[in-house]
Amino acid sequence: MSEIAATNHPTHLQHHFSEMAQQNDSAKLGMWIFLLTEILTFGGLFVAYAVYRAWNPDMFLMAHKALDVQMGALNTVVLILSSVTMALGIRAIQLDNPKQSVRFLVITIGFAVMFLVVKYFEYAHKFHVGQLPGKFYTYTGIEGTNPHIFFSIYFMMTGLHALHILIGIGLLSWVIRKTRQNIFSSQYYAPVENVGLFWHLVDMIWIFLFPLFYLIG
Amino acid sequence: MSVNKESFLPEPNFLTSPKGLKSWLLTLDHKRIGLMYLFAIMFFFMIGGIFAVLIRLELLQIGETIMSADTYNRMFTLHGAIMIFLFIIPAIPAAMGNIMLPIMLGAKDVAFPRLNLASWYIYIGGSLFAIYSMAHGAVDTGWTFYTPYSTSTNGAVISMTLGVFIIGFSSILTGLNFIVTIHKLRLPGMTWFKMPLFIWGLYATAIIQVLATPVLAITLILLILERTLGIGIFDPAMGGDPVLFQHFFWFYSHPAVYIMILPGMGIISEMVAVFSHKRIFGYKAIAFSSLGIAFLSFLVWGHHMFTSGQSEYAAMIFSFLTFMVGIPSGIKTFNWLATLFRGSITFEAPMLYVFAFLFLFTIGGLTGIFLGALPVDIHLHDTYFVVAHFHYVMMGGTVMAFLGGIHYWWPKIWGRMYSEAWARVAWVLIFVGFNMTFFTQFLLGTKGMPRRYFDYLPQFEGMHGFSSVGSLVLGAGFIVMAFYLIHAIFKGRLAGDNPWGALTLEWQTSSPPPPENFLKDPVFTHGPYDYDTVDVQRTV
Amino acid sequence: MDSTATLWMPPAQSTIAGEVDALFYFIFYVAMGFFFLVVLAALYFLIRYRRKGNEVGLTDGHDHNFKLELIWTIIPTILVFIVFIWGFRTYLKMNVAPKGAIEIKVTGQKWFWSFDYPNGAVTLSELVVPAGRPVKLLLSSRDVIHSFYVPDFRIKMDALPNRYTMLWFEAKNVGTYNLYCAEYCGTGHSTMLGKVKVLSVSDYEKWLANAGAEKDAEVPLPELGKKVYTGKACMTCHTIDGTPSVGPTFKNVFGHTVELSDGTTITIDENYIRESVLKPQAKVVKGFAPVMPTFQGLLSNREIDGIIAYIKTLSEQ
Repeated sequence: MSEIAATNHPTHLQHHFSEMAQQNDSAKLGMWIFLLTEILTFGGLFVAYAVYRAWNPDMFLMAHKALDVQMGALNTVVLILSSVTMALGIRAIQLDNPKQSVRFLVITIGFAVMFLVVKYFEYAHKFHVGQLPGKFYTYTGIEGTNPHIFFSIYFMMTGLHALHILIGIGLLSWVIRKTRQNIFSSQYYAPVENVGLFWHLVDMIWIFLFPLFYLIG
Repeated sequence: MSVNKESFLPEPNFLTSPKGLKSWLLTLDHKRIGLMYLFAIMFFFMIGGIFAVLIRLELLQIGETIMSADTYNRMFTLHGAIMIFLFIIPAIPAAMGNIMLPIMLGAKDVAFPRLNLASWYIYIGGSLFAIYSMAHGAVDTGWTFYTPYSTSTNGAVISMTLGVFIIGFSSILTGLNFIVTIHKLRLPGMTWFKMPLFIWGLYATAIIQVLATPVLAITLILLILERTLGIGIFDPAMGGDPVLFQHFFWFYSHPAVYIMILPGMGIISEMVAVFSHKRIFGYKAIAFSSLGIAFLSFLVWGHHMFTSGQSEYAAMIFSFLTFMVGIPSGIKTFNWLATLFRGSITFEAPMLYVFAFLFLFTIGGLTGIFLGALPVDIHLHDTYFVVAHFHYVMMGGTVMAFLGGIHYWWPKIWGRMYSEAWARVAWVLIFVGFNMTFFTQFLLGTKGMPRRYFDYLPQFEGMHGFSSVGSLVLGAGFIVMAFYLIHAIFKGRLAGDNPWGALTLEWQTSSPPPPENFLKDPVFTHGPYDYDTVDVQRTV
Repeated sequence: MDSTATLWMPPAQSTIAGEVDALFYFIFYVAMGFFFLVVLAALYFLIRYRRKGNEVGLTDGHDHNFKLELIWTIIPTILVFIVFIWGFRTYLKMNVAPKGAIEIKVTGQKWFWSFDYPNGAVTLSELVVPAGRPVKLLLSSRDVIHSFYVPDFRIKMDALPNRYTMLWFEAKNVGTYNLYCAEYCGTGHSTMLGKVKVLSVSDYEKWLANAGAEKDAEVPLPELGKKVYTGKACMTCHTIDGTPSVGPTFKNVFGHTVELSDGTTITIDENYIRESVLKPQAKVVKGFAPVMPTFQGLLSNREIDGIIAYIKTLSEQ
């Protein structure tokens, strides 16, 4: 039965779907649900942030000044630009232009790397002066009680976010390879689109992290 | 049991085509993945059960009976952690659901077969961490991992929490897969309200799995970071708050209780209709109450913390919502009863488990009212009353439904029938043993016996002894069951496609089903419970 | 058995206990009603509508009945609403301590309770209170979470390491009542037992005035040591019958040589015992975890002398 089915199926249609639209819809729905779990994962940390901020408003005010707003702002711009190139990459493959799509995706990776480089300089500075989480905190320049809590939450949230950037770079590289092999086309681009959705989410989370840590006092 | 050696299973069936270990380990067939889940889950059920019996043997008499206090503390922790995370959460969705959901929808497979296989390997990977933890000092924190105890005690807390964290992902992926499958792969003609109620149960469960498990994941990561890096979030000495851990933990773990019970309720709905041979009463009420429970389950976590010093008004709201989440369960119970009315009822093993479920889950649910009432909970919190309550709900509810489902679908999965006589023997042992073990614990609890005690005062000895003897009867029931179920796989007589005369789609294919579930594409001709219009006969 | 005990509940020995029990029994009877309704209806239907013969025809198609469904939704809702309101009112009473309550500071630690009285007296494992007077407890913990639980008073509250929690009760009758730790706290969790000793008001005042000094000077040392052993929680972790528990036994140890966790050996003498009471982690016997808290400030010099003398009497010389 499966052999019969395979002959009149489009190449990318998996055996248990009856048509391409069903398969694409399923993939997209699955991705949205996955993004929901991502939001909830970060949600737990946002709650921790809110709770400790409510308990220690003064300390959060003092501690957030230790962050470099310019670097944070730079990274925000970088990520927004990367989302734009990501969207352009998806559009290119929809228009059956794999070469252009690859170009945009490579630029997206470039932005992602740039984000990590900026983040590296931020982290390196904090490691240097001892603004570290929990019991490793040795910095003395911040008044208020328990400033290490601020940095625990800061490092966890930005660290988890940076991990997502890394995973995103991996996924983008995989999509680029597949695009070069001419796997994707205007007929079949669900994986590209899903990686795009993931990338936008990672971008969006940063859009929340930036004001919460760097801007509001 | 009549053994007919001349009879062969229909071919092709998913058990034998293709053959070979590799074809199983790399399979994308949901039925095979479900079966592999079932084997792994039954293995851990056995381990958890052995720990349970050892716990009861230790409590048989006052003082040290067979193990030291430290060993005992590890035993009850492992019993809880294994039963919750490795057995009961995946039991119905990942094992029974995986095998049955696509067939019941008339689909060839779940939406993402590779993800499905991955989730099994993730589960196995997580369980290896748990086993590693057991071999390296184990954990003595209780399955709830409360801080600051869990951040300060010795033992292999990190590997255990890491194991649970990993298993959480397998749960998320299963839930995600089911939601997409239910949305996108239903047979044309099968509208939402023509789905079997087991599917509704799995759907509500999947929503909770997807929404609650990530919070557990991040909580466990915080716990691991607390232990390794001392981030101070939960550490009172560093300005952190251990009660915040309880909030995080129960935000997952209370909905998780419904991950355990909702699919069980779904199985009961199937079996009540089939063995009454009658339309299910209140289809929409049962379906919507599952969704209602799923929604409310996210809002009641604070009722685990009535004695933790949370504000009176938080306690008030949590108490109120706790009562509200009880109502849909009551509605379901009445609907099942009404389904029996004017039915044409038979009493094979699955129906016996329906009765056990109604009996035990009603007790479990009603004793929840005591625990939702604030002043009564103050007295009963952290006593054996709570232990008895959740065993009545989880074992009397979920496990009875699970066992019923096993007996109901066993002939479909293996194509062969078990011995009905032995099934009755096992049922009696389990039903009697269960009540001996756990009803006693209600009394222990109201009299003030705290839980997680290695030793107890003389006034409790009689009841503890009785409860321990009951656990042996219960254990004997499971041993009998294991024998006749395994025997049936190899020597049982052929079951036929539709022994129970059921109308859901899994009974319209051969037993065991072929690799892509149906040799001829199924057509949706009638609803799952149209016993008033479709004439279907039983062959059992 | 105490006359105030019922089949399901232990004796009701605090002013609030009666109210808690009333609600308990209200739920109990309502629940029994529902349970028998469900189980008897199930049994009746199962027997009345059992299949006769092999053939099965079409069955009754009725699958909903709006009125019936409304009834079985609304009645339970009303009942749980009653339980909720009733419960909340009693709960508020349990949470608001009356003015003028005697305030006692309670500290939980592995694995005993200590009680600080308003006049500075301290007791371990035994809370002494007057009958007929409200008592307010301010709870906290030195290490992990504990929970203060007196079943006969129907009270329970967690003791947390980072904040204070509050609990109050008024004992009705003179007597001694069991105190448990209800939140799992490790090896000694089930031995973290204590007593609540309720005295008449005059006895309590007398006791409080003498507390701490309690004519200790007149008691011979070994006897004082025995009192300290039971009264100051030594018995939670140390047995006197030779079996090891959380800590080493007290039987036949004095004058014996033991191996310490760092591999060295030491002969147990007066100084070793004194050091072990005041700085328990300094020299831990091999095979035991360094979990004992210090008793610095909790025991007087004479009490430590007493413990030493008591341990001597437990050893064959």
